[in-house]
Amino acid sequence: MDTNLKSKLMKYMVGNFTCREIARLVTDYLDGSLTLGERVRFQLHLGLCFACRNYLRQMKYTIATLRQLPPEPVPPHVKEELLKRFRTWKQRPSQSSGKPETD
Amino acid sequence: MFEHFFFFLLGHGIYQVEPAWIKYVLCHRPLIVIVGLRIILRSVVRVSLYYVGLTISSSPLTVHDRLNLDEPGLVQALQAGDERVFAAVMDWYSGSLLRLALSYVPSRAVAEEVVQETWMGVFEGIHRFESRSSFKTWLFRILTNRAKTRGIRESRYEPFGLSASSTDADEGPSLEDSLFVAEGSGEGHWIDPPQAWEPDTPERVLLSKECRAAIEQAIESLPATQRQVMTLRDIEGVSSEEVCNILEISETNQRVLLHRARTKVRRELAPYVQGDKR
Repeated sequence: MDTNLKSKLMKYMVGNFTCREIARLVTDYLDGSLTLGERVRFQLHLGLCFACRNYLRQMKYTIATLRQLPPEPVPPHVKEELLKRFRTWKQRPSQSSGKPETD
Repeated sequence: MFEHFFFFLLGHGIYQVEPAWIKYVLCHRPLIVIVGLRIILRSVVRVSLYYVGLTISSSPLTVHDRLNLDEPGLVQALQAGDERVFAAVMDWYSGSLLRLALSYVPSRAVAEEVVQETWMGVFEGIHRFESRSSFKTWLFRILTNRAKTRGIRESRYEPFGLSASSTDADEGPSLEDSLFVAEGSGEGHWIDPPQAWEPDTPERVLLSKECRAAIEQAIESLPATQRQVMTLRDIEGVSSEEVCNILEISETNQRVLLHRARTKVRRELAPYVQGDKR
């Protein structure tokens, strides 16, 4: 088949997104902040490009791994200190010093 | 009737004008249909699940589940000075707070002090807390305020806006550009197409000590702003709106920082999950 025509058709269907742009838009895609048209073109590209599909999976995997990272260990003496401070604070709750925190 | 129509087309040479185009579409019909069906099916499933009131992924456990309290109940208990609730909340959030504090201040000891100061701020301010934001967001806001002032005193941390502009501008071409063909016929395509990673669960991967060390190392070496966004979004699972609120940055800026951080961490993680390297 005529390669020029093929590339033209691919461009039309895949919507001019190159793999580089896919890699650049991955976070936007996962955040759901692409427009509908971009989203459809993104998914069409994914449907036709195994490399980008793998890349997206790798990104999701990275995020899942980060989510599984255990919390920083807090040394026990810090915890004890916090509880001690909490108890002293509770004994005199009316006293408030320092700058107020607003939400 | 229809035959007449097709003969009409044939007679006028429609098929002869671009037979290759027609052929291409016809021979790729299954693929096009599959892609289209997949998109339609997914949206149908999502919409129906939305109406049924289900979410596809189960949300991770929160401190609310652990204490069996909803958000107003939690705030009320804290305002009443319930020691059990306070102890549980401090236990739950101190690790997260410490992780975020480490991106602002140079040493662990200082970060621990910042966490303590943050809880002191909570003790003082909880009576004035009006639930205009979630308790978690409020907590992280206090931490960032304390950590910033502390960081300036320790003279490592520059004000946010300044550091954001300098580190991001200095970064030059983005990391991804090295993965793609820069010019020529294959422009914008992968130089080395990504391979499928091992279908191992993240928990199993994190069991390997070197892998965890590599990830922690990668996060530590990120610029401060990227590290903060990544810590909140990916590790703590805070929503993007709340992250913008906590760090006082725009939505777009937040996404750019997150994207850069994720790209770097992915690169560091790659050797440990690539199938052939084991």
